[in-house]
Formats: sequence, structure tokens, C-alpha cells
Amino acid sequence: MATEALGAWGVVLGIFAGTLRGSAPFLFVSLGECLTEKSGKINLGLEGTLLTGAMSAYAVSYLLQDKVGAAVSPWIGVLVAGIAGMGLGFIHAWLSQQPKVNDIAVGIAMIIFGSGIAFFLGKPFIQPKAPPLPTIDLGNWSSIPAVQSALKISPLFLLGVAIAPLMFWFFKSTRWGLFIRAVGDSPDAALAMGMSVSKVRMLCIVAGSFLAGIGGACLSLYYPGLWSESISSGQGLMAVALVIFARWNPIQCLWASLFFGGAQAVGPALQSVGIEQGRYLFNAAPYVLTLLIMIITCSPKKTLSGAPGALGTISG
Amino acid sequence: MALSRSNWRSTAEAICLPFGALFVALVIFGIFCAICGKNPFAIYEAIYKSAFGNWRSFQGTLLRAAPLMLTALCTALPARLGLMIIGNEGALVMGGIGATIFGLLLSYGSVLPSPDQVQNLLGLPPLVVQLGMALGGILFGGVWIAIVGALRHYRAVNETISSLLMNYIAIALLNHLVEGSMKDPSSLNKPSSFPIPDIYKIGNIFSTRIHYGLIYGIIACVIAYFLIQHTTFGFAARTAGGNIKAARIAGLPVGKLTIIICFLAGSCAGLAGMVEVAAVQGQANASIIAGYGYAGILVAFVARYNPLAAALVAILLGGIIASGGALQRVFNMPDATVLVFQGIVFIVVLYSESLYGRLKIFKEPELKGTPPSAVTAATV
Repeated sequence: MATEALGAWGVVLGIFAGTLRGSAPFLFVSLGECLTEKSGKINLGLEGTLLTGAMSAYAVSYLLQDKVGAAVSPWIGVLVAGIAGMGLGFIHAWLSQQPKVNDIAVGIAMIIFGSGIAFFLGKPFIQPKAPPLPTIDLGNWSSIPAVQSALKISPLFLLGVAIAPLMFWFFKSTRWGLFIRAVGDSPDAALAMGMSVSKVRMLCIVAGSFLAGIGGACLSLYYPGLWSESISSGQGLMAVALVIFARWNPIQCLWASLFFGGAQAVGPALQSVGIEQGRYLFNAAPYVLTLLIMIITCSPKKTLSGAPGALGTISG
Repeated sequence: MALSRSNWRSTAEAICLPFGALFVALVIFGIFCAICGKNPFAIYEAIYKSAFGNWRSFQGTLLRAAPLMLTALCTALPARLGLMIIGNEGALVMGGIGATIFGLLLSYGSVLPSPDQVQNLLGLPPLVVQLGMALGGILFGGVWIAIVGALRHYRAVNETISSLLMNYIAIALLNHLVEGSMKDPSSLNKPSSFPIPDIYKIGNIFSTRIHYGLIYGIIACVIAYFLIQHTTFGFAARTAGGNIKAARIAGLPVGKLTIIICFLAGSCAGLAGMVEVAAVQGQANASIIAGYGYAGILVAFVARYNPLAAALVAILLGGIIASGGALQRVFNMPDATVLVFQGIVFIVVLYSESLYGRLKIFKEPELKGTPPSAVTAATV
């Protein structure tokens, strides 16, 4: 009985630790997507951005470790990941604002292009080990190693947690936040107010892609802390569904990311205590969960509350 | 495509723009190769030679074109209804699973045959077993995408996101089955189902390396073309794709149309999965996830959702995929090179979409008949 009870606690602890680790990329990508969608455009290509970010962060951290030291190089990697994301975001922003071009189609193209670039340039970095980001140890009070390792929190995660309320405040209380909401809800009204719809959207998509690129850096430099071609496996896409679930509210994006991170941790946590049966099905839990959430929250009768008015309309 | 009814200028536009886009994509890809320190002209030559250079390499191209034709229809058919479905990979995998289950049941009488059953086949004629496998692929793939269509119609779930999520679910299901309830105990390194007996596999056409899957692909494309362009069903689907409100007011059963079209789309991709199992792999395992699903999306886009054009574009893209191996061997480029190229083609083709009706050469001197917007609506 005693060992069984410990096993169950092990699963709970594993899910808890996995939530803290695995939610960071969801958080960054969903905040980026939230910013993008507030301006009235959908960026499905953040999956490609995530992969490119993960690859470039890992490559830079590895290549620069001898020049600037293993303490600094991961941080430069994070920055480069964001900039690489901005590059892809720029292509998306430019292409999706051409007349008659559907932004969902552009997103699919950017998934293929972004992952192609990431796999192409990332080929030499699959083997070597790059210096990871440092972690903040909050678990030193405990003597149990499992608890200690569970509470090794990434500073990027804390950064993401800080950005969420900041973005909420930005949308609600600042002049620029109002601009973005106006462009997203009614481009015609925004145009009449003298704003450049295309510039606002360009900035939002590029900034959102910057965040998604950093989300990729979380994957390759924190958890799981390596670069491989299957590192993202749809997390960028789930983030798009997550934003719908969070009703375009940055603070709710935070809760939703924690929820998704938790769902993702169920499979590995069960495996760690030796439950191998149906591990592929448990690993598919986040996808099933996303689908279920979309089935529950969407409705054919009314548009979702909080959805930007011009979301998904074709410009020009 | 309502080309026959419009004038030659829009015909020229519909032909020149996609080919121009492909050409521009080739130039950009050449620049990319040059940046990587390779000679772009040598690479063009290698792609051409290993894709279309001689009969042997062209057979390899056609082999890869066969599943692409089928998976392209999975995006092209719903697109005529205004749905953007990219669950091709998932439907292909489900079709592969379905074909394997039906094939094993019809040849051994069990999905997990005992050694005794392996020795004594049921002895059905090959045609029956092959039809059964095709039916399995069609059913599994079709239902898989029909679910996406039903979710779209009844719950307004975004079909792009749901179909992509279902790709991952299908792959997880395949991995679960071939490592668990369908696993052949003798497949240690690469978990697989029991193999389909050789006599029931789809053979090659005459003395070539090409299997009959190519014929399936071509027939499916032709049927899809006639269904969409020359039947009342296709007309109803196109009407609903053009203006869903008008279609509802006209009394068209939009929900039924959505689900039927999605079923047909999925069944095409499912048939591709059946071909992969019954002609190439001989059993279900992770090898059937070869990226044909995602490449099929690109084929559908470049062909502007026209099933006949999709067959041609599939041959073109099949050649590019076939040349991936040569690029890896001769130029020491990563296998992702083909993916980069596909991405570039996709981006340029999407940009060319915005040029319809904007280029002066293709404009009518004086506007009469169809306005440019109606022309693009008819050709999309």
C-alpha cells in the first residue's frame, strides 16, 4: 500500500513538474498569437516560428559558448530566436496582407517553410550539446530530489508569467492597445481614425512572432533542452486553439498554458512510474484535449465573445 | 474551371501565373542554394536528371506522384466548398490502418493471426482482398475527415486546426496499434503489423516499377473533376463555397454537402494510405508517414484546387521529392532541402494569387462579360 501511495504522489509530482516546465512554450506562443489575433490576423505559421526559434537558439548557444562563455551564450540564443521569429513574422505579415490572400493558407505555407529552414540549418546541431539556460532553484527547502528538480524554474517562464498581465494592461489601458483593438475589430473605423491598418498589423504580427521565437528557445534551451526535428510536434498549433479557448485574454492565456502543459505531462509522468501501456495514447492527450475544448467552446449560433471583429477576413 | 466559357486572356492568366510562380520559386531556391555555397545550376540539373532525366528516374517520379494525387484531393475537394482542410496526413494514416485491418482479416481471418493461420490462408481471390483493402482505406480515411466536416457544420470548429490536430491523433493511434494490439511479434526493430501476403499486394503495371496506385490516383482525379464541374452535386458544392448564405437561402443542404465532400476528400487520402500499405510497405508501420499528406496540400494549392491540374502538379512535385535523394548524396545537402523548396514554392504561389486580375497583360481592353472577381471566383 505504502509504495503504491508514493507512486501516485510521484505521478502528481511529475505532472506538477511537467506543467511548470512544459507550459513555457505554450505561454509564449499563445501570447504572441493573442497579440497577432487582436489586430485581426491569424498566424497559423507560429508552429514553423517555434521550430525556427528552437533551432536558432540552440545553434547560437552552442556556437558562441567558447567565445562569450556558457553563461551568456544561451541568452544571446534567446534573443536570436526572437529575431529569427521576427523574420518569419515579417514574411507572414507582408504576404497575408496582399489582396485576395487567405491568412490561413499563408500560415500553412509558413509552417512548411519555417520547419524546412529549421531542419535544413539545424541538421549539424542534432548531436552536440549546447549550454542550456540557467534555472532558478526554488526547491532547496526540500530534501527530496524529485521535489528539488521539479522546482527548477526557468527565468523565461517567469518572464512569460510577467508578460501576460502586462499585455492585458497594454490592451486595456494604453493608447497603442486601443489602436490594435480598433484595427482588429473594425479596420474601416481605424482607417477613418487615421491609423495605418497595415502598419499596425505588421507590427503586431512581427512582435507576436518574436514572442513565439522565444517560445522555441524555451523548448531547446530549457525543457527538453535539446534540438531535434520532433521537438515541437504541434505545440505552435495547439497555441492557436489555446487562444480561442482563452477568449483572446492574455491572463487567461496564462491559465490555459498551464492547463495544456499539465495535459502534456500526463504521459511522461505515468511512464516515469512504469505505466507503459498505451503511452502513445497518453501522449496524444493534449491534441484530444484541444479538440474537445474547441468542440465545447465553439458554437455555430453566435460568434465567440471577445473575438476581434475582423478576425480572418481577407484584406483588399 | 470555367475556362472554356471565358476568354483566352484569362486562360493565359490561369496558365502563366502558376508556371511563372514556379519559375520564380526556382530562382529564389537557386539563390538560397548559392548562399549555402552550392552551384544552383548544377542543382537544377541534378533535380531535372533525377526526376525526369530518363525513363528509370521518371518511374520513380510517378511512384511518388501516385499518393500525392490522392492526398491533394483531400485538400482540393473541400476547398471548393470554402473549407481549408489539411488533415491529409491523418487521413492517409487512418486509411493505412483501415486497409491493413481489412487486408489481414480477409487473408488470415484475424488481425493477429496465429502461426497456424499464417500457414493456411483463407484463399480468397486477390481481387476480393484488394477491393476489401481499398474499401478499408476509403472508409477509415473518409470517416476521419467527415468528422472534421461534421464538427465544422454542427459546432463551427475551425476545420483547419481540427484537421491538423487529428493528424497527430491518427499518428498516435498508428503507433499505439503497431506497438500493441496489432504488433507482429517478429518485428522487433521497427514495430509493424503482420504483413499482407505477397499474392494480395498490388502489383506493378506491366514490367515497370510503377504500381497500380498511379492508376487509382489518375482515376480519382478524373472522377473528382467531373463530380465538381459537371454534376449538380458539384454545382451545389461550388455554390455553397461561393456564398454560403445564398446557398442556404436557395435551400441547398449545406450540412449534408459538407459532410459528403469531406468524406470523399478523406477517402481519397485514405486510398493513398491503402496504396502505401498494399503496394509499398506491405504492412502498417511508421514508414507510411512519409510526408505525402503535407506535400499534397501544396499540390492542391498550386493546382488551384482543380483535380485535373492536381494530377499534373503531383507529377511535378513527385519529381522534386524524388530528386531529394540525389541532392543528399551528390551535394551533401540535408533531406530538409526539399521541404525548404516546397515552402518557397508555397509562398510564391500564394503571392501570385494576389496578382490575378491585376496584371495589365491579362486584362481585357474593355471590360465586358465577367468582371475580374467573378473570373477568379470561378477558377479558384
